[in-house]
Amino acid sequence: MRISLAISTLLWLIMTLLDVLQVLAVRSDVDLGISPTVSVLIMDFFFVFVVLFYRLRITKVESTDFIDYLWRVFAIGLIATLVSLALGLFNNSIADSALANNPFLEEVLYSIRFGLISVFLISTFTVWKKLILYQKSKRLVIWWNVFEGVILLSIFFNLTGTELQTSDLFKVLFGVITLMALILSANLKWVAFLNFKQKWKSILLILLITIYLGYFFTSIYVPGEETMDTLKSIDNLFIVSLFVFLLFYSIFSLLVILFNLPTSSVFEKKMEEAINFQRLSQSIQQGENENQIFDILLTSSMSAVYADAGWLEIERNKQGAEESEIRRKNLSPTNRLEVVEQIKVSKQKYVLKNPLSKATEQDQTLILFKKSNFRSVLIVPLIIQEKVAGHMYLLNELSDGFNKEMINIINTFASQASISIENFRLLGEALENERYKKELNIAKKVQRALLPVNLDHDDSFQIHAFTQAPDEVGGDYYDTFKLSEHKFAVVIGDVSGKGTSAAFHMSQMKGIFQSLVQLDLAPDEFLVKANKALSGCLEKTSFITLSYFVIDTERKSVEYSRAGHCPTLYYSSQNSSAEFLENKGLGLGILRNDSFKNYVFVNKMTFQKDDVIVLYTDGISEASNHSGEEFGYDRMKKILTDNAQFDAVSIQKTFIKKLFEFCEDKNLNDDYTMVVIKFK
Amino acid sequence: MLEIVQTNENNYISIAVTGDADASSSIKLDKGLRSAFDESHSNIIIDCTNLNYISSAGLGVFMSYIEEINQTNITFIIYGLSEKVLKVFGILGLDQLLILKDTKEEALAEINGL
Repeated sequence: MRISLAISTLLWLIMTLLDVLQVLAVRSDVDLGISPTVSVLIMDFFFVFVVLFYRLRITKVESTDFIDYLWRVFAIGLIATLVSLALGLFNNSIADSALANNPFLEEVLYSIRFGLISVFLISTFTVWKKLILYQKSKRLVIWWNVFEGVILLSIFFNLTGTELQTSDLFKVLFGVITLMALILSANLKWVAFLNFKQKWKSILLILLITIYLGYFFTSIYVPGEETMDTLKSIDNLFIVSLFVFLLFYSIFSLLVILFNLPTSSVFEKKMEEAINFQRLSQSIQQGENENQIFDILLTSSMSAVYADAGWLEIERNKQGAEESEIRRKNLSPTNRLEVVEQIKVSKQKYVLKNPLSKATEQDQTLILFKKSNFRSVLIVPLIIQEKVAGHMYLLNELSDGFNKEMINIINTFASQASISIENFRLLGEALENERYKKELNIAKKVQRALLPVNLDHDDSFQIHAFTQAPDEVGGDYYDTFKLSEHKFAVVIGDVSGKGTSAAFHMSQMKGIFQSLVQLDLAPDEFLVKANKALSGCLEKTSFITLSYFVIDTERKSVEYSRAGHCPTLYYSSQNSSAEFLENKGLGLGILRNDSFKNYVFVNKMTFQKDDVIVLYTDGISEASNHSGEEFGYDRMKKILTDNAQFDAVSIQKTFIKKLFEFCEDKNLNDDYTMVVIKFK
Repeated sequence: MLEIVQTNENNYISIAVTGDADASSSIKLDKGLRSAFDESHSNIIIDCTNLNYISSAGLGVFMSYIEEINQTNITFIIYGLSEKVLKVFGILGLDQLLILKDTKEEALAEINGL
């Protein structure tokens, strides 16, 4: 860019020098031996480099501010004019001196002027290009490229030495360029993007630029007296074409901007509405709350319909009580109440159908008053999640203050605000749900920690447990405790109900087991004490079923009591068959008084090598398949009989595998737990 | 789904329970029993002929009335339990605390016998 600037300056200097030399040569009748073509070429290259300079410059300045562009052109024009005027003044001031008719000085002054004007023309040309190509189409770009190419080629046309007046080719070319310039001048899309103020500025700037153009045209038209004919600007196709094009475009722009002035306020209004609309839809991303959306709605609606005052009535549901919140604008509370009273008694009510809804409560109402500060009121319902969440009241001091256009805009605003608020609420709910999920996950972890990882046992038996819950937390419970060297307590339990409440009771059960088990009680006594402890803390409709086992590996005995829990499955290796241990019992929490002890009993038995005890919860025995059939005791018996020879882990795995096979893809909807004990 | 139908006869209230008494419908069962108990009638019979399934929550409802039955003079009889449901009652031990009968006739005989 700098190089092109330097070269063009250099070229201009050489051109001036040559001119002076030429004049000198003419005066002293000396042939310099320099072909006139050389000076013409130098001038042409000067143009080329100026064009190049501005092309580079304009691509560097990437701005959509048209006023800024116009201002640049204006500034260059101003400098050119001022210099030109100053030169004129200088010429006048020396009119009487000897220098007055000095052709050298005259030639130099002309050259300066010529250079400045060229720069101005070319810079204007590049700016006009920018304006024409704003929001360009492919066709327009092609047109422009052709035009620009022709203009640039026309720089070298003066090498032919033809004149406008005499050459037909010149005339034809000039005509063609003029026609193209005319067509291109119709591209004035940028004007539409100016606001009212910018339009006035543009008019002023373009008017001044047009005046410059006119001034330069006349000034350049009068060249130095003795300049060579080929350098006369009027005969330079490039310069005249530029002039014509620049002038056309300036005049076109001026007229279009002028005629656009009256409508620009409407356009700006629409733009403002669009921006308000955008604000309404964007407000959530900016982390605003509902009230801010309501405020934007009220403000933008009021400005869109030129309302003088207005208020929003938002229904809020606070602790079950309906309460409406009022957000006023340009209206005192007492004035509002007056208007509300007038609305009640007014007879001139018009219902405007909401095109988006059939429900009458979603219709707008237009009310006209005869005697009041406000002569018309528009009531717009706000519909959030298909319910009327409030009303917007817009007041106008003029009767018939709302036209159809306005009502449509308000409709759009109201629905957009509703969508924004709806989204806002949904987002809130989603976040809340997410939080609950996290909490539940924590609860799940806590509950898993309540179930033992290592089950107490000795070399005389294997023990293995498995549990799963469809909800995050469940009510199944199992635990073990080492009472002494050869004595172990094993418990399995099931809390009535499911989910969170069951999980809470299960954790209570864990606490009770851990404290009572240390007393080394007989199974029935344990249950009586557990029942008593639970009586105070269980919900009225909740109960816990429990099976309590004490295994003595030294005596090879098992003592057990059942508190309403599913009967234990026992495999006897001696009989090679499995049976359910039937004994009487009652769930914990069912009888919350001393009579409970009458319903629990202790059973004793001895175990043999390879006997298996399967403890489980009703989630397994009562699991049902698609046809509603239960997994049932018979299947369980058979599975144990068939697999009793395997170890505890395998027995459990086979059980669960068979259970899943039975249920197929039907989801289990209860907690299920299994503890397998195998004696060695 | 659970349906509760109450009919008031001369000397007893009859409540027919139809469907599944699970966690969600047990509230309905409780409401039905509560309103019957609130009438302070001395004889209440529950027709469970069409009770397909009862969950622990449903059992919890029956269980919560045991104390009230014991403390007042109300005769509370459940009849017509299917084998499956009866087994559930049995495992939990409720058969020891509530009067369970096979048929309505047996239930009424119990009331009239007293």
